[in-house]
Amino acid sequence: MAALLEVQGIVTRFGAQIVHDGLDMRVESGEVFGVIGGSGTGKSVLLRTILGLRRPDAGSVRFLGRDLTQLSEAELYELKASYGVTFQEGALFSALTVQQNVQLPMIEHLQLSPRTLDELALLKVRLVGLPLDAALKYPSQLSGGMIKRAALARALALDPLLLFLDEPTTGLDPISAAAFDELLIYLQRQLKLTVVMITHDLDTIFRTCSRVGVIVDGRMISDTLEGIVRNPNPWIQAYFGGDRARARTAALEEAKHGA
Amino acid sequence: MASTGMFITAQRSADQLNLTLQGEWRATLAESIEAELAAIDLTGARSARLDAGSSSLDLSGAWLLHDFLDRVRKAGLDPRFEGTAPSALTLVERTYSGEIPARVDDHEWLNPERAVEGIGRRAVRSWQGLLGALAFGGRVSIALLRALVSLHRLRPTAVARHIYDTGITAVPIVSLVGFLISVILAYMGAQELGKFGADIFVVDLVTVGVLRELGVLLTAIIVAGRSGSAFAAEIGAMQLNEEVDALRAIGVDPIEALVVPRVLAMLISLPLLTVAADLIGLVGGGLLCHALLDMPLVQYLNRVQSTITDTTFWVGLIKAPVFAVLIAGAGCACGMRVRGSSRELGRLTTLAVVTSIFSVIVADALFAVVFMRLGI
Repeated sequence: MAALLEVQGIVTRFGAQIVHDGLDMRVESGEVFGVIGGSGTGKSVLLRTILGLRRPDAGSVRFLGRDLTQLSEAELYELKASYGVTFQEGALFSALTVQQNVQLPMIEHLQLSPRTLDELALLKVRLVGLPLDAALKYPSQLSGGMIKRAALARALALDPLLLFLDEPTTGLDPISAAAFDELLIYLQRQLKLTVVMITHDLDTIFRTCSRVGVIVDGRMISDTLEGIVRNPNPWIQAYFGGDRARARTAALEEAKHGA
Repeated sequence: MASTGMFITAQRSADQLNLTLQGEWRATLAESIEAELAAIDLTGARSARLDAGSSSLDLSGAWLLHDFLDRVRKAGLDPRFEGTAPSALTLVERTYSGEIPARVDDHEWLNPERAVEGIGRRAVRSWQGLLGALAFGGRVSIALLRALVSLHRLRPTAVARHIYDTGITAVPIVSLVGFLISVILAYMGAQELGKFGADIFVVDLVTVGVLRELGVLLTAIIVAGRSGSAFAAEIGAMQLNEEVDALRAIGVDPIEALVVPRVLAMLISLPLLTVAADLIGLVGGGLLCHALLDMPLVQYLNRVQSTITDTTFWVGLIKAPVFAVLIAGAGCACGMRVRGSSRELGRLTTLAVVTSIFSVIVADALFAVVFMRLGI
């Protein structure tokens, strides 16, 4: 299967500090790819680089067969309609209602009649499991979980091929986080989305991700979930070696042997 | 009768409508899809059969189809899919399967009852705003008094930082404004007083004008625009970040930590800036009198000396601390009122500037009346 997104040899420097030192990453069409790494390893910077919000100091980002780092502003604009993104804190526009938030990318990129615009926005709001009256609320009136869902609705506004999620379940209680993961899996299967997710949440990783990339020492080690758990790298071992992770890993093994 | 389009082909056989989907039903093409669907003629058909064909639908495309099928159903036809329906359409239909609550009407404000209610709400809100301002003034006064008896509560570092921000960095702009005031006064005076041969009174106009009124007033307006807005925006952003709540949770009174240093800094900066503006204004007056009226500098200084009474300078300067409290108070109070959204932040920052400039001018008018009564 062809790679939908291919990142090669990314180098990112802030002054003397090197964040990424030749980082490679490959995301296949239709998979859920989790990105993990310690604080300050440049996960969010990587996301900003892939989104074309930041030019890397070296390396290339190929998305839909085009190198993002070489594109002009106008070409990037075109490409931005093909991906959706949610930011850590939701980043909903606080002056707009949820419905208007969802409509904003549509108004920017699509030619739609006002009725279609309204209906499509409400469809997206319902799709992410928000009650309809939430559509007319402002972000400051929503709970944390609802903000994450509204942000997801906005990311889905243009029916993107690729969805980036920056810590989608951080700050949610385990029940809301589980519900969000379920929603994500449902949407990913139904809409045949490709998802790249930055997360710290072990439960989310084990529930949703098919492959995982770990940023260690400025590079990325990617493997399937089963593979990455066995990786000898000390940081990865420490990450997956905790009690909670061990229980998860055991469950994973069991499921495999059972099948 | 057949119509062939990019996305859908409609064919009639007797009273049956055969629809075949094709192509990519993408959100980016929604406009053309919509137009094509709208053009399909349903009259006379009894039943409709659909074929998903080689089409692929994204969610927006599926909704357009769903919407079209609604129209088909309303026309009394029963649309059936030959083979399986596209999965995206199934997803849309499943999403819609719950009850759809009634939509809230946006145009309620057009209602006349609503308008009267609006006036009432405004009145109540204004009254509450006034009470809130008084309460805020009281809290700041208490915190100020406490700060003045304890160095720990005074927070000298914060005060120094704010003196730098509101005072020292404002010196260039305030000096420039001071100079420009004297230019305006001198030109105006030279033109009008020259008609009466009363050129010498240009000096009186500049001196009294700058020292008594304009020096301090325009300095206050500049500072209100610069620092009043900055106070509101800083404190407002801290409110949005929950930094103010964090202070409260630690047990620090935000009024003491955020408002008092700013008020104190403003109380120190504004009088000093006024002195700077006065000074530059007088210097500018001298230069202008020399340039416009060929008045020697010595004569200018003599005239200034005889014009200025004991009170001229102090009448201007005494207003500065009052203006300082008004500006810092309005800025901080608006900042503390920010809740929830960045839109609030913008609104209250604007309000801070408007309120502080307005209250400065009102206070100046009151001062003018009082000084007149006192005969100063």
